[in-house]
Amino acid sequence: MDIFLAQLLNALLYAAVLFLIAGGLSLIFGVMRIVNLAHGSLYALGAYVMAWGLGRLAGESGSEPVYLIALLPVAAVAVGATGAVVEPILLRPLYARAEEYQLLLTFGLLLILEDAMRYIWGPTPLTASPLWAAFGTLHLMGATYPRYNVVVILLGVLTAVLLWAFVFKTRFGVMLRATSQNRRMAAALGINVGGVYVQAFALGCLMAGLAGAVIVPIQGAVLGMGVDALVLAFVVVVIGGLGSLDGALVGALIVGVVRTVAIQYFPELELAVLYLIAAVVLITRPAGLLGRA
Amino acid sequence: MSLLLAQGLRKSFGETRAVNGVDFRVEPEELISLVGSNGAGKTTLVNLLSGLLRPDAGQIAFDGADITALSVGARIRAGIARSFQLVNLFDQLNVLDNVRLAIFSRDGVTRQPLRLAERDTRARNEAMEILGEFGLESKWDTPAAGLAQGERKLLDVAVAYALRPKLILLDEPTSGVGTREKGVIMEAIASVVRERFLAAVIVEHDMDVVFTYSDRIVMMHQGAVLAEGTPDQIRADERVSAVLLGKG
Amino acid sequence: MSESEHSPDAAVTLAPARAVPRIRAVPWFAVALALLALVLPFLEGVPLIGWLASPFQRIQLTYGLVFGIAALAFNLLLGYTGLLSFGHAVFFGSAAYATGLLVKYLHVSSMEGFLLAGCVSSLVLAAGFGAVCVRYTRIFFSILTLALSQVVWALALKFFWITNGTDGLRIPTPTLLLGLVGVPDDKVRFLSFTYYYYVLAVFFICMVALGMIAASPFGKALQAIRDNEIRAQFVGIEVWRYRWSAFVVSGAFTGVAGTLFAPLNGLTTPDILHWTFSGKIVFMTVLGGFKSFSGPILGGVAYNYLETYVIKTTEYWQMLLGIILVALVLVMPQGIIGALGWIIHRRSGRR
Ligand SMILES: Nc1ncnc2c1ncn2[C@@H]1O[C@H](COP(=O)(O)OP(=O)(O)OP(=O)(O)O)[C@@H](O)[C@H]1O
Ligand SMILES: [Mg+2]
Repeated sequence: MDIFLAQLLNALLYAAVLFLIAGGLSLIFGVMRIVNLAHGSLYALGAYVMAWGLGRLAGESGSEPVYLIALLPVAAVAVGATGAVVEPILLRPLYARAEEYQLLLTFGLLLILEDAMRYIWGPTPLTASPLWAAFGTLHLMGATYPRYNVVVILLGVLTAVLLWAFVFKTRFGVMLRATSQNRRMAAALGINVGGVYVQAFALGCLMAGLAGAVIVPIQGAVLGMGVDALVLAFVVVVIGGLGSLDGALVGALIVGVVRTVAIQYFPELELAVLYLIAAVVLITRPAGLLGRA
Repeated sequence: MSLLLAQGLRKSFGETRAVNGVDFRVEPEELISLVGSNGAGKTTLVNLLSGLLRPDAGQIAFDGADITALSVGARIRAGIARSFQLVNLFDQLNVLDNVRLAIFSRDGVTRQPLRLAERDTRARNEAMEILGEFGLESKWDTPAAGLAQGERKLLDVAVAYALRPKLILLDEPTSGVGTREKGVIMEAIASVVRERFLAAVIVEHDMDVVFTYSDRIVMMHQGAVLAEGTPDQIRADERVSAVLLGKG
Repeated sequence: MSESEHSPDAAVTLAPARAVPRIRAVPWFAVALALLALVLPFLEGVPLIGWLASPFQRIQLTYGLVFGIAALAFNLLLGYTGLLSFGHAVFFGSAAYATGLLVKYLHVSSMEGFLLAGCVSSLVLAAGFGAVCVRYTRIFFSILTLALSQVVWALALKFFWITNGTDGLRIPTPTLLLGLVGVPDDKVRFLSFTYYYYVLAVFFICMVALGMIAASPFGKALQAIRDNEIRAQFVGIEVWRYRWSAFVVSGAFTGVAGTLFAPLNGLTTPDILHWTFSGKIVFMTVLGGFKSFSGPILGGVAYNYLETYVIKTTEYWQMLLGIILVALVLVMPQGIIGALGWIIHRRSGRR
């Protein structure tokens, strides 16, 4: 029973982080029709900024959980700002061209970001596990579970709710949806499409950065984490439906559960099973479980 | 026997009944104009006949065989070709290749990866001949994307024509071009249709053009056939003039 | 130079062009490059270009030609059919792994045996993957090829008792021409001379074959599908079937490249199955210029030099690749060949 609960929480933890990454990827695709291959690297960037910030703070006054909470938005905003710079300079010139170019460009960005992080923060992983330990554990129905992990799960839920409210309840959300449905029509209605694009891209990046930041106490910042995350995020959005936020949520939950089960019972096939699920979904439901065609 | 016989065709898009119970026939060697105001369902009817869309209900027979369930490719092999209201061309290929491709495909040689397209003088000559019939031979080396609107319209028809169909469906072959060019395009179409004994269905808005070239006119309104007959009959039909005047 | 006379461009000149004359000879510099490649090993003592003929340089060129085959094959999909695959590493890698497994389990040492196994394995994979992927276009095609190729990568990594995991499989130097050329004593000499010519010959065969395919009615049909899928359907082309055929041909030739790579590298590791290697194949193709037939060859060769020399000078060579790719996309989308064409054009324009 307690094992089961712990596993369930693990699945949820995993799903929460994946939702943050894949939700951003899907948001960007939904609005701009761009698949950002550098998205995973932006997630990694969030992790590195966070780990670095924590390291600096810890150097002065030990590790306090409150620093962590304070630094989360900083790291996320830093990544969001990166997105706000990248979109107008690199992506905007490409909107009139074939979409393959956008894919190529973001692949180039991926290569640049991966090495830039290696250059800045070196090849050794940055960790903040003392912080994770400082959060202590939680006793839940006979199971002990790290308290920080629960915080991450709650954060994932909170983001999902906020994002939903943002997209469906605010004026900007209306513009976002209008632009995603018909770019030309939106422009004709007087919506500043360029502005919407920057903000959507930055918001997507911010979510990736937040995901990177929250994961740091659990697994640190490691080279290559971005590329792995990207492929997993693809699996999520392919299952849920590229461009759909609900889809990202459902996809993240499915991947979270499947992965937790797979690690338990057939670890060699964990990744292969995930890719296979994605492929099967694409074959049977090309638009994903919740995507619009 | 009619070349094409469609009965009870229906097609809806959500609430919109684009084609709502249409019977339609084409006799051999007949040039039919399909007219009607915007949104009357003309393009949808052409899409149903050419296989781009599947009807919700109804049957289509061509040359004595039921083609309702046939794919686009099978209909082309049976002898139905079409052009498009919004020009559909192979933009990066040159004018010659656009036509030649239809010839290759018609002759089944596109399945052969180990012969050279340029070596096929027969296909090249035929393509140049077709371009000549449409007055495009001097542009043979221009990429399709580099043509003027009127030339693009002509090429779109030429590609369909190169398939050597029995029936050619032309969706607004003169839309978006000036009056003078319109005459040129219609002349070219009418002459190949007559010379090759093709049957043709031409969607057209300009009633002067329609009355000049048609053997028969079919008028659609709100997804149904409102009137049909010879140009003289249509000219005299009050319902037709009501719709035409109502349209402005 | 009989090889280049058989190239598709030469045939264009031979074709009797009655209706419209069309003259396009094999460019002199292509002939010159081919000749140079042919006599290269004998130029070691020649001043000025001797350094280019050193064994090290010849091995580099061999790598470049191998990548050139992969990029050419890849471009049948990207440039001609309009499909951007992010999973081509799987065809390259699976052929190399087929070679490695042939050595490990069946102790085969014949290069022709390797080529057969490599070709068959990538062909079978491409036929299967293609059946799934070609129903999709654009981004969805890219992601699907990526996901499927990652399945193979994950399997190669995890079934380490078969594939040796990240250590990879060792590939000894093979015998060539069905054993006519036996296992050599001097490995460097073998790779830089015998194997160099072997790869050169296979390269020419692949180039001519792919060139034929690209210039055939079939190739035209692929370009038609690339330009306008709907219209292609309405001239009677079965779009999926042609895409599938292009996918399989592309995969099989990429497999040839992978097989040639195996003995050259002496080792196959899961890297060459990973999607980032697919990205590198994409990079080569775009670098050379995917709008032309021969661009990818230049791209493959140039990529290899880039990798070799940049790795020596900086450990951040990925970053450089990324910057080059971004710059290419933004300011030079036609790649090296486009830039060369532009320069030549301006030169002749000024005269
Ligand atoms: N793919 C589609 N999805 C939804 N509605 C459609 C679609 N195609 C056509 N319609 C609708 O069906 C009706 C008939 O359209 P159709 O294109 O057949 O008209 P048309 O007679 O060709 O008009 P026009 O002269 O403007 O070309 C219109 O109301 C149109 O909005
Ligand atoms: Mg219409």
